[in-house]
Amino acid sequence: MMTSATTLHEDHGHHGPAKGLMRWVLTTNHKDIGTLYLWFAFTMLLIGGSMALIIRLELFQPGMQLIEPEFFNQMTTMHGLVMVFGAIMPAFVGMANWLVPMMVGAPDMALPRMNNLSFWILPFAFGMLILTLFSEAGAPNFGWTFYAPLSTTYAPSSVTYFIFGVHLMGISSIMGAINIIATILNLRAPGMTLMKMPLFVWTWLITAYLLIAVMPVLAGVVTMMLMDIHFGTSFFNAAGGGDPVLFQHVFWFFGHPEVYIMILPAFGIVSQIIPTFARKPLFGYSSMVYATASIAFLSFIVWAHHMFTVGLPLATELFFMYATMLIAIPTGVKVFNWVSTMFNGSMTFETPMLFAVAFVILFTIGGFSGLMLAIAPADFQYHDTYFVVAHFHYVLVPGALFAIIAGVYYWIPKWCGRYYNETLGKWHFWLSFVGVNVTFFPMHFVGLAGMPRRIPDYALQFADFNAVASIGAFIFGLSQILFLYIVIDAIRNGKKATDEVWEGTEGLEWTLPSPAPYHSFSEPPEVK
Amino acid sequence: MSSRPSVAKTAVKHVTIAILMFGFGFAMIPLYDVFCEVTGLNGKVQAAVVKTAMEIDRSRSIKVQLVASNNAEMPWRFSPLQNEIALHPGDWKQVGFWVSNVTDQDMVSQSVPSITPARAARYVKKSECFCFEQQTLASGESKVMNLVFTISPDLPEDIRTVTMVYTLFDATDFATSQVVATSD
Repeated sequence: MMTSATTLHEDHGHHGPAKGLMRWVLTTNHKDIGTLYLWFAFTMLLIGGSMALIIRLELFQPGMQLIEPEFFNQMTTMHGLVMVFGAIMPAFVGMANWLVPMMVGAPDMALPRMNNLSFWILPFAFGMLILTLFSEAGAPNFGWTFYAPLSTTYAPSSVTYFIFGVHLMGISSIMGAINIIATILNLRAPGMTLMKMPLFVWTWLITAYLLIAVMPVLAGVVTMMLMDIHFGTSFFNAAGGGDPVLFQHVFWFFGHPEVYIMILPAFGIVSQIIPTFARKPLFGYSSMVYATASIAFLSFIVWAHHMFTVGLPLATELFFMYATMLIAIPTGVKVFNWVSTMFNGSMTFETPMLFAVAFVILFTIGGFSGLMLAIAPADFQYHDTYFVVAHFHYVLVPGALFAIIAGVYYWIPKWCGRYYNETLGKWHFWLSFVGVNVTFFPMHFVGLAGMPRRIPDYALQFADFNAVASIGAFIFGLSQILFLYIVIDAIRNGKKATDEVWEGTEGLEWTLPSPAPYHSFSEPPEVK
Repeated sequence: MSSRPSVAKTAVKHVTIAILMFGFGFAMIPLYDVFCEVTGLNGKVQAAVVKTAMEIDRSRSIKVQLVASNNAEMPWRFSPLQNEIALHPGDWKQVGFWVSNVTDQDMVSQSVPSITPARAARYVKKSECFCFEQQTLASGESKVMNLVFTISPDLPEDIRTVTMVYTLFDATDFATSQVVATSD
């Protein structure tokens, strides 16, 4: 992606990118910052992925083989935190940085300096979090959901770094979200009405609102932890009049919208890709917009479905169960629309389309297991088992991550001016597709049979499925190295891309030359 | 497109929303308490009430189970004098919980009550409870702590057993001289 930005657009009299390292430190260009976000997210994907492989290596056989249980707990915790806050979220912000201004016909993000700051906070936040691994106390070990009192009374001393890290990444996300909202609301080209915006822009607008609504609540809950640990308050300590269940309520009030923050932009990406390769306009554009908005609204009133087993009264269990099941309706509308878009289309299966179609199928499987978990009485059985692990990995890996990968393949010719190697792309897809299913599908079975999550050892009867899952994890993990190679190969040696990139693409970003010039839409385009 | 607000206005507006949501996180604490109190969810009991004579419903007898438990590493001995009593709704009863500080340090404790079924919580009236305030015991000291309560005759007919659980917490680090947990 370096070359995309170093290819100057000579027509403009003013400056292109500066040279050297300081270009990246000081940049306020949305394309540079998008690139930084994407490389950062990929680095985090490899770090978080390595942690996952350590977990799978230990779980390859029953019994304790390689690592201490304490370290295993640190791995599950850090894997979750790094993947959620370091890989998926920054990757989507990076995509938004690259694409939102080009899609709405804006010259840059609305607040370019804040944009620089929101990126550059992240390496420090994650540097601090990851360095705790090398401290005497070890890294945080209380799960990415950091339930009190495990994360307060019983936490390692590194918890304070964790809290500060979460504050930093929260500030970064909020600034990023405000920037995206301001770009969309204030900088659209003349004629680009809200209902003409590409769906990726729509889903990001809604996601940005979710971010500014819930990231402050996350900041609040870690602040309460900080005060309980260091300043003698009792938010979560019953001895002093607090309540540990309060932690879960506040956390999941953030946590549930958070999972939609990680999937709505994926819906947007897939809604851009499928029409291109089906050679038909997206079926039901406006219903897609309303479905996204409904999902966002519902995300605020379902949080206690994560807490069915804490001793909620029956009425509460029923409310949260029905509210959760309601989400299947707008989500079903989306899946229906994607399928209808493909129906009778002249489909071709280039790599982005393969990942997008896999997204539709596998995300739906994850959605169905979510529906099973929504059934409160059944959840008493499934709670905290590998079934839950299978569920959320199906929506996050072949869900969110596949959409990001699909998006990278789809737009990289526009970003860098060069195509990736299609054969290798297909190899990457099939290895990932097989790997992801071999990894996560058996987890449904061991989960239903009662294998608990976050435990480094397990009963003998789970051995075979775990061995299979571990093999799948290595296939999936190693095939992401191939992805890295494909991207670098595309940047260096790829075939020159046309401006249209794919046959019959629609949208402002495809009207720009490939690679997209460093400064685009300095004069707003006319949108009919 | 003509009357779009400026970028600065949009930014300020959304920063304000973010700050308000930070406050909302903390506001969830009182909201959650109020919600539980109004609905009687979560087994929350009303604050101390004045002991007034109620009409006693002798037609039925409620089995009241008394349970004492210690939180985490709380080393005190703690048990009810009777595990179970029978009570006519409206009839005030006094029961005792024996507690002993077996450590070699003076300690402060706080009991946190919970009632099952949660639906019954709002009908349990307490005029006196050791859980209304912290209890201090010197090293080696023992005592019987009192609870004076009744169950309102409005208790739904289908509830025949009410379980009252008290969990004892080490509150030495949170010692206050005032009454705490008035609403718990």
